[in-house]
Amino acid sequence: MLRIKGGKVYDPANGVNGVAKDVCVGDGKIVAEVEGGRTIDATGMVVFPGGVDVHTHVAGAALNFARAMIPEDHRRHKHFVRTLTTRGGIGGSTPTTFITGYLYAGLGYTTVNEAAMPILSARHTHEELRDTPIVDKSCLVLMANNEMLLDQIEAGELERARHIVAWNIWAAKAYGVKAVNPGGVTAWKWGKDAKSLNEPIAGFSKATPGKIISALANIVDDLGLPHPLHLHCNNLGAPGNYVTTLETMKLLDGNRAHMAHLQYHAYGGDDWSTMRSESVLIAEYFNAHPNLTTDAGAVLFGDTVTITADGPWQHILYKLTGRKWGNIDVENETGCGVVPYVYKEKNLVNAVQWAVGLELLLLIDDPWRVYLTTDHPNGAAFWRYPEIIRLLMDAQFRREQLKKLPPKALKRIFLAELNREYTLYEIAIITSAGPARALGLPQKGNLGIGADADVAIYNDSKDVFQMFSYPRYVIKGGEVVIEEGEIRKTVEGKGLLVRPTFDNKISDFIRPLFQQYYTMAFDNYPVEIERIEHPEFRPCKQSSR
Amino acid sequence: MSKTIFSLKERPSVPLEVEVFTPDVIAPLSRDEIRALPVFLGKRQCRLDDFFEVEGAGSDELEIHGDAGRVKWIGRGMTRGRITIHGDAGMHLGAYLKGGTIEVTGNASDWVGAEMTAGLIRIGGNAGGQIGAAYRGSLRGMKGGTILVEGSAGIEVGMRMRRGIIAVKGPVRDFAGLQMKGGTIVLMGGAEIRTGAWMVRGTIISLVPLRLMPTFSYACAYNPTFLRIYAKHLQAMGFTIPCEDQAGAYQRYTGDTSVPGKGEILVWRPHGS
Repeated sequence: MLRIKGGKVYDPANGVNGVAKDVCVGDGKIVAEVEGGRTIDATGMVVFPGGVDVHTHVAGAALNFARAMIPEDHRRHKHFVRTLTTRGGIGGSTPTTFITGYLYAGLGYTTVNEAAMPILSARHTHEELRDTPIVDKSCLVLMANNEMLLDQIEAGELERARHIVAWNIWAAKAYGVKAVNPGGVTAWKWGKDAKSLNEPIAGFSKATPGKIISALANIVDDLGLPHPLHLHCNNLGAPGNYVTTLETMKLLDGNRAHMAHLQYHAYGGDDWSTMRSESVLIAEYFNAHPNLTTDAGAVLFGDTVTITADGPWQHILYKLTGRKWGNIDVENETGCGVVPYVYKEKNLVNAVQWAVGLELLLLIDDPWRVYLTTDHPNGAAFWRYPEIIRLLMDAQFRREQLKKLPPKALKRIFLAELNREYTLYEIAIITSAGPARALGLPQKGNLGIGADADVAIYNDSKDVFQMFSYPRYVIKGGEVVIEEGEIRKTVEGKGLLVRPTFDNKISDFIRPLFQQYYTMAFDNYPVEIERIEHPEFRPCKQSSR
Repeated sequence: MSKTIFSLKERPSVPLEVEVFTPDVIAPLSRDEIRALPVFLGKRQCRLDDFFEVEGAGSDELEIHGDAGRVKWIGRGMTRGRITIHGDAGMHLGAYLKGGTIEVTGNASDWVGAEMTAGLIRIGGNAGGQIGAAYRGSLRGMKGGTILVEGSAGIEVGMRMRRGIIAVKGPVRDFAGLQMKGGTIVLMGGAEIRTGAWMVRGTIISLVPLRLMPTFSYACAYNPTFLRIYAKHLQAMGFTIPCEDQAGAYQRYTGDTSVPGKGEILVWRPHGS
């Protein structure tokens, strides 16, 4: 039992905006009143619901591949030495599993959504997530380049496609569906990409990226999954790609969808030398279409490593940088590329990217629909979020930063004209209440009675970078895990799951195909429920359509 | 000038990591403070005086005696002063060196002067592999300074080096100048195979004929002007390289064309040979 006394509470899920009041915790939940127990004096502090990261890459085969590729990053960054409460490990762009949990909790984050998991490495992903303490975890299964599914779309068998998707979600013990460069990763296996939504993809005569997107968005809505289709559009990172992004958003009219890391999809221009921001056009369309949510995928200057299932894009990036490149072929499901990267202030393209992420966060009016992410580790490591919060809350600071960019870049971006400053209430929305709602997690990002007692308490300070970098207390599931800058307790997180309904006979259809085309035995493929640590199910709403 | 003298009591059974062996750490300390400095025997943290007798208070001049072939990281990241090792030194000697001088009378192990940026390291005996190299994953190895080896050296000498000079009197093994990006390697005793593989820029000078890879092409025979300056510089440190027209000429090979690179390998050929 715990009482947090006298703090200014920011709880956007319940419309509470900086009201000084007590928050009581009993049995891991927020309760109306407690008798006795510990009291935390939060006078002079602000009380936030624990952070929720809607799009991050913290576990799985691709991330491990990246870890192995960048030993120099591990040497450069902080080493964590074992303590009585924590394990040892390393930080940097791709922190080790345990450290990932500590670092997220160290920012006041208590829920993370691993945004890309092929089923073939789902077991590995869940094993790593088990070793990522404190935070609750969900993961999205990659479907938009799954050959078995594409065959159904090619044949127009959309009913069977729905059963296959539902079977795959359950087999992977996933929480939702991710689409990465629909059709493009499949085409990459032919050395090609899928740049147009309406052209058949390599190896198929009817299936187009547009059909894959529509089919998956319909399936996700029909299955009533709590989180909409999580979509990484075609043509990520390419100059002029805003056209594809607008077309994709139009295609999604009538469906729910989450547009992942929109920053990477809002570029104008014809090539690298003319690349410019088209955040205004993208934000305008987005503002008018409440069926969509998005996350920023913001970029910060410095070293990082890019990891994505978007294999063809990673090859382009490797050709641009001439540094290291890793490519993984995930059999019939997807692919993956890993390229270490440095975002440089003096680089025109990088300067535009940096601005676009912030512009989208500032131009999208409704903070409930745009969330703070860096597409960790692609735009920057998640532990740099406080730097972005500072940029959002301080227009003067933004203008100072703009002076460091090449003068040419200023003509390609809109950031200098934007005077909006985020309030603490809005920060609580984009870091917690909003992403929790998008993920369909009413018990998260919420300090109302009955919600999970995940709370972050920060100093109420003018120095927001300092304030959000070092929470005074972090409470996870009612336990005080961080206090006075130290991790006091490392609780285990939950695994968030859904169980969509599907016709059991679908496995009879999948089994022979699987045994013919996969290297793994069919019976070893689905992840057992026993592998998930503290599973918690969210209901699927059956569609009325 | 005062000295701080360390005498190793006995050769440790497993490698001993002594990252505090730099004038930067030692100089401001009293003898008792020095004796209490942390060292790591395997994963166990110990005190420096568990392994070393210490004479004198902290100074900019350190002397190490005893069989230190298993003592790693001597002079790691030092910026000033001098370390003299009477005997052998273990791996990572002078890694990340930023200034000052390290001298070893015996042999040194692998990774001498890895990723160093300035300063001088002189090895009286043989050195191991990866001297002046980039650590695994890093894009660049040594970025400045000088490494001199009186004896032989191992594989990957100057791997991914960016600037600076490495001169080795004895023979070196495979992959000297692997993925080299700049700087100079002087091979006075020749090399085994694949010298200069993947080199992009930089100069490898050999005083004896080399077995070159087919991706290096012959350009000309000449005596580059810049070599006179290098010769003068190295002469002062006891390393003699010929550069007189009367004595012979350097055969210039460019490559590695498989990358493609603009590096050069200069092979000395005396007149009449």
